Amino acid sequence: MTTLTLSRALNEGLRKALEANDKALIMGEDVGKLGGVFRVTDGLQKDFGEARVVDTPLAESGIIGTAIGLALRGYRPICEIQFDGFIFPAFNQIVGQLAKMRYRSLGTVKLPIVVRVPFGGGIGAVEHHSESPEALFAHTPGLRVIACGDPADAYTMIQQAASSDDPVLFFEPKRRYWDKAEVDTEGGLAAALPMDKARVLADGTDVTLLCYGPMVRTCAEAAVAAAGDGRSLEVIDLRSLAPLDTETIFASVRKTGRCVVVHEAVVTGGLGAEIAAQVTQECFYSLEAPVLRVGAYTTPYPPSRLEEHYLPDLDRILDAVDRSFGY
Amino acid sequence: MTVKDAGRAARAGRRATENRAPAREPERADRAELIQLLTPEGERVEHPDYPLEISAAEVKDLYRDLVIVRRIDFEAIALQRQGELGIWASLLGQEAAQVGSGRALSPRDMAFPTYREHGVAWCRGLDPMKLLELFRGVSHGGWDPTAHNFHLYTIVIGSQTLHATGYAMGIQRDGAVGDGGEAVIAYFGDGATSQGDVNEAFIWASVNNAPIVFFCQNNQWAISEPLERQSRTPLYMRATGFGFPGVRVDGNDVLACLAVTRKAMQAAREGQGPTLIEAFTYRMGAHTTTDDPTRYRLSAELEAWKLKDPIERVKQYLIRTEQAEMGFFDAVEAEAAEVGARVRAACQQMPDPEPLSMFDNVLTAETAQLAAERDAFATYLDSFADEAVAAGEGR
Repeated sequence: MTTLTLSRALNEGLRKALEANDKALIMGEDVGKLGGVFRVTDGLQKDFGEARVVDTPLAESGIIGTAIGLALRGYRPICEIQFDGFIFPAFNQIVGQLAKMRYRSLGTVKLPIVVRVPFGGGIGAVEHHSESPEALFAHTPGLRVIACGDPADAYTMIQQAASSDDPVLFFEPKRRYWDKAEVDTEGGLAAALPMDKARVLADGTDVTLLCYGPMVRTCAEAAVAAAGDGRSLEVIDLRSLAPLDTETIFASVRKTGRCVVVHEAVVTGGLGAEIAAQVTQECFYSLEAPVLRVGAYTTPYPPSRLEEHYLPDLDRILDAVDRSFGY
Repeated sequence: MTVKDAGRAARAGRRATENRAPAREPERADRAELIQLLTPEGERVEHPDYPLEISAAEVKDLYRDLVIVRRIDFEAIALQRQGELGIWASLLGQEAAQVGSGRALSPRDMAFPTYREHGVAWCRGLDPMKLLELFRGVSHGGWDPTAHNFHLYTIVIGSQTLHATGYAMGIQRDGAVGDGGEAVIAYFGDGATSQGDVNEAFIWASVNNAPIVFFCQNNQWAISEPLERQSRTPLYMRATGFGFPGVRVDGNDVLACLAVTRKAMQAAREGQGPTLIEAFTYRMGAHTTTDDPTRYRLSAELEAWKLKDPIERVKQYLIRTEQAEMGFFDAVEAEAAEVGARVRAACQQMPDPEPLSMFDNVLTAETAQLAAERDAFATYLDSFADEAVAAGEGR
């Protein structure tokens, strides 16, 4: 076991992915000498060369579009979109092209492409650097959408994504890049939890707390705080947003009877809405309260001096837990 | 010009004046050099940069291609009119650009088409029925791009140029540039040159010196918008700004399209990087079968381009040089009619896909959610089957 930051764990995982398959490539803006603006690709170009760790021109549509062409030629590009809010110039290439190619080719084409996206707020950034656009991609058939929440998952999930034959949107919680934890870099992937499975982080009996990405740590802290109030929260890191591991979700809600979904993204039309609908449909007779959502308000991301009010935090999560007991 | 046309011309002129930027006179299209090896009258001319040695048999093969792809197009339009196809994007007038460039490719080269490249598809060996499947709504194309090195049709304008460029970057990484190398050709139209993706593809191809030829069929119209809505400079000249050569070829001259594309593809295969070819042609038909070009362009323009027909000039050349007798033309006509009849019959007999097939091929492995949706839909469908059986028994 080694202690790694989440950023470093991704770096180690990417290194393993490049070693595991010589068709794997890293592509993006500033991923070479600089090592990415968050240093996730630090040192990789030096070790794997400019043909495999590619500093691209500054155009996101071009990154994904050329990655599609490389994949058609047999390569396995791992693309970096520098910040969440910069993904939209590539929206057509991801949603219109990448997601649909397998379907429209009747399965003759596979596009093993990973799109890494640092997402979420809490770092005091300017506009377009703090967004959570994951629901837009989870809404798109033909993509797998996953998010890591801690260094250990970052290390394994990026390798799993790289070895997937489907396109994967890989969301990285940028405010957790510097969180440290023990990571097993010796063991292989065989024993790792598949990337499309949720993980129960803390067993509980009173409320199911569903989260992913940057909210995983916040929810774990909320569970500790709630325990002090005598409430037992079951915290589940969803990890996979498309497809959702509904088996794990439903089993927990049937046990607790209450469910709170937490994400940084705007609640309107977000993952929480989808989960609430499915939980209501499948666990209706187990529910003691409606599924509640904690997330951003239905506004554009505010200036960073307001983000502490905009983003879910411990108190807002505990408030929702309290409300869940009010029914 | 009819009175009606004159009225349209006056209105069009007024609109153009209102919208005109008061800047410098743009580079005029008619001042640009047009590579031509066969005049509209069927006279063979030489160009110092594009010597073309071609046998009578090869010219006759090109003629056959031109006639057959026009026939397939003709049948498809008729099939749409009869309700057998949902829509069709006609290639009428662009046969030479497509056959000339398509026949310049080696089997190992890769082509990335738009949705109008029926002539290129023919040259690559794709069964025309696959195209009809798409326009009938039976599939989204569904052919294996590696079977004929002909990628799926792309409908979002210009998107495929980036795929083509990435593929060319893959050729570089495979070390398949140089002697016996491979290259890519990306097709797009004049309207697509306004797309960001096309401009990004130019940049990527240029900075990577990728083995790719950008083949722009400038058919003068992007649905209803004339070229001057897309560009104030001849399209081929844009290449210079991106750092690679551009050339304008007579897109209705199959020999010139063949020679120019051959040279550009060979340069790409040898590692000399990209070329932009602007094939100057004309969309003789509507944008698609849903379009009505009489609303936005003059019949006089169409008449002028009829005189530059890509097929007639080859026929005149073959007759003039006594390389073909009338029996040859009759045989080609008969063969085209046979292909047309086959396309027609096959289209009419094409079954709809099974409803449950719409759940196939979303991801490499079906998710539990999708499996549940498929099962629920199957059960739902079966409930109607029960009703039908019950109704049958009642009668």
